Amino acid sequence: MSGNLTKASETSRRPPGWGRAAAAVFFLAPGLTALIVLAIVPMILMLTYMFFPRGRFGGVVYEFTLENFARLNDPLYLGVIGDSLVIAGLVTLIALLIGYPTAYAIAQLPPRWKTIALVAIMLPFWTNFLIRIYAWIVLLSGPGLVNDALTGLGLVDEPLELLYNEGTIVLGLVYGYLSLMILPIYSAVEKLDPRLREASANLGASPFRTFLSVTLPLTLPSALIGAVLVFVPSFGNYVVPELLGGGKAIMVGNMIRDQFLKARDWPFGATLALVMIVFTFVLLIAQAVASRRVRNA
Amino acid sequence: MTLLSIEGVSRKFGDVVALSDVTLDIKAGEFFALLGPSGCGKTTLLRILAGFEWPDRGNVRLDGADLLRQPPHRRPVNLMFQSYALFPHMTVAKNVAYGLEREGLPRAEIKTRVGEVLEKVGLDTMAGRRPAQLSGGQQQRVALARAIVKRPRMLLLDEPLSALDKKVRAEMQLELKRLQHEVGITFVVVTHDQEEAMSLADRIAVMDNGLIEQVDAPIALYDRPRTRFVADFIGANNLFTGTVTAGGFEVPGLGPLPCKTDLPNGIAVLAVRPERVRLGDPGRGAADGTVVDVSFFGGISHIAVDVPGHDRKVLVATQGSARIAPGAAVGLFWNPDDAVLVPA
Repeated sequence: MSGNLTKASETSRRPPGWGRAAAAVFFLAPGLTALIVLAIVPMILMLTYMFFPRGRFGGVVYEFTLENFARLNDPLYLGVIGDSLVIAGLVTLIALLIGYPTAYAIAQLPPRWKTIALVAIMLPFWTNFLIRIYAWIVLLSGPGLVNDALTGLGLVDEPLELLYNEGTIVLGLVYGYLSLMILPIYSAVEKLDPRLREASANLGASPFRTFLSVTLPLTLPSALIGAVLVFVPSFGNYVVPELLGGGKAIMVGNMIRDQFLKARDWPFGATLALVMIVFTFVLLIAQAVASRRVRNA
Repeated sequence: MTLLSIEGVSRKFGDVVALSDVTLDIKAGEFFALLGPSGCGKTTLLRILAGFEWPDRGNVRLDGADLLRQPPHRRPVNLMFQSYALFPHMTVAKNVAYGLEREGLPRAEIKTRVGEVLEKVGLDTMAGRRPAQLSGGQQQRVALARAIVKRPRMLLLDEPLSALDKKVRAEMQLELKRLQHEVGITFVVVTHDQEEAMSLADRIAVMDNGLIEQVDAPIALYDRPRTRFVADFIGANNLFTGTVTAGGFEVPGLGPLPCKTDLPNGIAVLAVRPERVRLGDPGRGAADGTVVDVSFFGGISHIAVDVPGHDRKVLVATQGSARIAPGAAVGLFWNPDDAVLVPA
């Protein structure tokens, strides 16, 4: 058997593996080039700014310093980072609590309705994110639809302050990223062999027990993926806090934006960006570890 | 003693009739088989017993109690799935312990019983492994262990051996029979494999198109089929369609054929097993023909005989090698007692 293989490769003109390598280079080159030139190089350039002070009128002075990192240790910045973590965490938790049952329910629908439900989930993506967030302002503002309904029903006497607080930010982020939680969980529940649930029932497990012991552990890795997909863009988001949070710099995304565009302090902005990237990486590693732990529990 | 009685159970899926007025009694301690081609309704019946499917009409009683009223997780019936349906995230021991944990038994007892049953199926050394790390045959044993550890009143097996290769299958057949004797549980096996049903079961119900064709012991089913479907489905058979008259059984084109007529006059089918047909000199037997093919299978040989006026080749089985060559003119002989007449 191995003798035949050696003979075959000897008779071919090129050494074995060469064609495959050539194909890999050929197919990977466009994507890798775009990634390196458009994302990785600019990011590295930007991150090198961390080690330089800002110039008096913006820009960068090329003298090595670690001052930017020292500035991080300021209760103001730490507070914003902390708040962002709390908000993103809350958004992720709420998205999980809403998304899991939704995904589960969709997976039980007859095939026709499944498609309809999935399209309904994806549909908002065809509208610009900004416009959808503006729509919330229209809904929640003082004379908006929600307040009209509440006062009209006599539930409140005067319009509520629904906009421009942290709750509104959480609402906007959950709204924006909920589908990123639903889709991976849906695909996991959908793929789950229905016979596993039948086997569990057959062995005497109540429907709830079956959910806890069979369905949940087998779909948890996908829920963790959903959690990361929701947490990461929520943590770094600045559109939602800007529009629904009233423009106060209460999340890291806004703070980074302010450093770059308002304070014209690119080096410190780069430092804050690094903090975000580090958090994201830590999170991705944690998710990978947790998934493996669940699978081998 | 009757353990399970199925009375007039019917089930339709849209326009497709899966079960049509099925009535069956299964005795306690029996090894019972539901045999039929795919789509005959046998799996639907099994799923009704397990509680994953409900009949449109009819009753199912287990020990006299209405089984259909109980939700699946309260039924004293365990099912071994065709695909095994082992929990991929649990070890072998955890899979087997799952059903006992649901009963709320003390940990020590669970551990003992899991150990015992794993030993019984020869997997005590695999307790810490996951299903994905086992071979097909081993997974099948885990599925079996998981089902019998609960000591159910009745064990349902859905095509239990279909995923195994031929040699392992033969071993597992013996194993299943041995286990059934040992644990004394009533086994109901669903299969499309007649050899499996014949070798395992005390009684077999042959099903087709949602109907029970015949319920009998394997030998009776083979020797005395009562419908055309059973005669054709079980084993190899030579079938002749003809008419029963006062003078006997007559086939158009062949004339009268030897058999004992116990059917009323009308159209009927005569079934003669290949091993009941003997070859002799032409002119004196039931029919004459020409040998067209001889195949040697080791223990037996099959001889195909072309009989003018009959569209199917008549199959003759003989012990050892056949001392006859294609082209030979032969006469076909059989005992009237060995030919079975069934309604067309």
